[in-house]
Amino acid sequence: MSVDLATVKRVARLARIAVTEEDANRMVGELNGILGFVEQLSEVDVTGVEPMTSVTPMDMRKRQDDVTDGDKALDIVANAPATDHNFFLVPKVVE
Amino acid sequence: MTELTSLTIAEAREKLKAKEFTSVELTKAYLDAIEAANGVLNAYVAVTPEKALEMAKSSDERRAAGRVGALEGIPLGIKDLFGTRDVHTQACSHILDGFKPKYESTVSQNLWDDGAVMLGKLNMDEFAMGSSNETSHYGAVINPWKAKGSNQQLVPGGSSGGSAAAVAAHLCAGATATDTGGSIRQPAAFTGTVGIKPTYGRCSRWGIVAFASSLDQAGPIARDVRDAAIMLKSMASIDLKDTTSVDIPVPDYEASLGQSVKGMKIGIPKEYRVDGMPEEIEALWQQGIAWLKDAGAEIVDITLPHTKYALPAYYIVAPAEASSNLARYDGVRYGLRVDGKDIIDMYEKTRAAGFGQEVKRRIMIGTYVLSAGYYDAYYLRAQKVRTLIKRDFETVFDAGVDAILTPATPSSAFGVADENLASDPVKMYLNDIFTVTVNMAGLPGIAVPAGLDHKGLPLGLQLIGKPFEEETLFRTAHVIEKAAGRFTPAKWW
Repeated sequence: MSVDLATVKRVARLARIAVTEEDANRMVGELNGILGFVEQLSEVDVTGVEPMTSVTPMDMRKRQDDVTDGDKALDIVANAPATDHNFFLVPKVVE
Repeated sequence: MTELTSLTIAEAREKLKAKEFTSVELTKAYLDAIEAANGVLNAYVAVTPEKALEMAKSSDERRAAGRVGALEGIPLGIKDLFGTRDVHTQACSHILDGFKPKYESTVSQNLWDDGAVMLGKLNMDEFAMGSSNETSHYGAVINPWKAKGSNQQLVPGGSSGGSAAAVAAHLCAGATATDTGGSIRQPAAFTGTVGIKPTYGRCSRWGIVAFASSLDQAGPIARDVRDAAIMLKSMASIDLKDTTSVDIPVPDYEASLGQSVKGMKIGIPKEYRVDGMPEEIEALWQQGIAWLKDAGAEIVDITLPHTKYALPAYYIVAPAEASSNLARYDGVRYGLRVDGKDIIDMYEKTRAAGFGQEVKRRIMIGTYVLSAGYYDAYYLRAQKVRTLIKRDFETVFDAGVDAILTPATPSSAFGVADENLASDPVKMYLNDIFTVTVNMAGLPGIAVPAGLDHKGLPLGLQLIGKPFEEETLFRTAHVIEKAAGRFTPAKWW
């Protein structure tokens, strides 16, 4: 399988990365190089093989449903580019 | 008195105990060495002298009061991927501009709890994506090693290139690092240092910037096997904040050093003999086999038939997980923001400006292989191949093999800005061909220096062990280290 310019632009849109025409053209070649490399997996017989979901067979540890952290709004917004009264500020979403 | 920075952790530990010098003196010696070298080597992206001296002073006070931790007063460097409270933490990416977390990663906290001192944050490939440390927003790290009679600048490997270079150049006593496809072992091999990627689940991932969550593991890069054992003991823990942290007590790794390997079964996988591998790498491997045989180990030929599929499967699984993990960098909660005409435009412009080429490439691949209609053909198939890779290892371990010996890398360190590698991303990916299988199977792997090539550059061997049998790796690597000796670059910086 290989990608064309339209696919690269669609994927960039899905990934929320702005690409110029020049970026997109370069990426077509790069992505096809990588997809060509991973193509060799199609020769492996995976009939009846379970996909790996965890490298170590283990049950996910669960904990008591208690509040163990919180009350640190200032810490949470401390690194944000734009805030107001402990809220993150973003461009207007709803008209 | 010998230069303080030339001491290993184990040596410094004894001399601090004997009160030959204080942690403040040792820390100052490292800060001076960093000041003198970092302009050339670019191993640190942030040096924290005030914090270091304050921590060293506290350490000396604790020692005076009789409270001595396992790493009491030892100055360390921390890879920029680890969250360090109120200190530069950017995964060497532009998109995390100015980020200083309000929390501390579990691994680094474990080190401070054991008395260690932080010198600063170490350079790395952006988001740990790279094998040469050249994708860093802060520029390439220069390997302290140079080929005989050559002035060419070499890469230290990656992604933990700053960690490896700083340890090799004595700019810290030891360093933290992380390994998703070989990012501890390959730079260790390129710099003549020792690096261990422990079993998945041994070190907590909490507070470490995530790349590929099912593959990422923290581990140390150190000057010798003993120091790596001392550091891993402190870094590893059972952590309730990471649900993949495994509930197995951390053993005293240092105690396994010096134990015999007599009767141990060492597997030699034929699939690691790849086309175009330099004769010197084969010779090094044979030398390693001879050393272990001399020490009484039994050498057995083994087969790991799915080895060649590990790297292509990795380049589906890792970018897929990365595309998901890196979705959080959108200019809202931290780091860089580039304004746009609406919120989507702001996201797209921020991510376009904030991520470097290699990171964008991997996000794009990950997004593509997870997109509707392609998931089964790529991601699901790669996860099935991963099962087969793990099964290969289980088969040989079930047959009685205790550890596997392989080369660590297919070559020694290459030049900065290598045109041949720059032209084709896949060529750079091939650097991890011997290390990536270990991440795919979640196993522990150690890289230990074993010799120099004809150019005078270090080469490493890799030992792969059973899950949570890091002790076997330390014990066996120690035998190789004793036979091979240690390798230190001649100082030119």
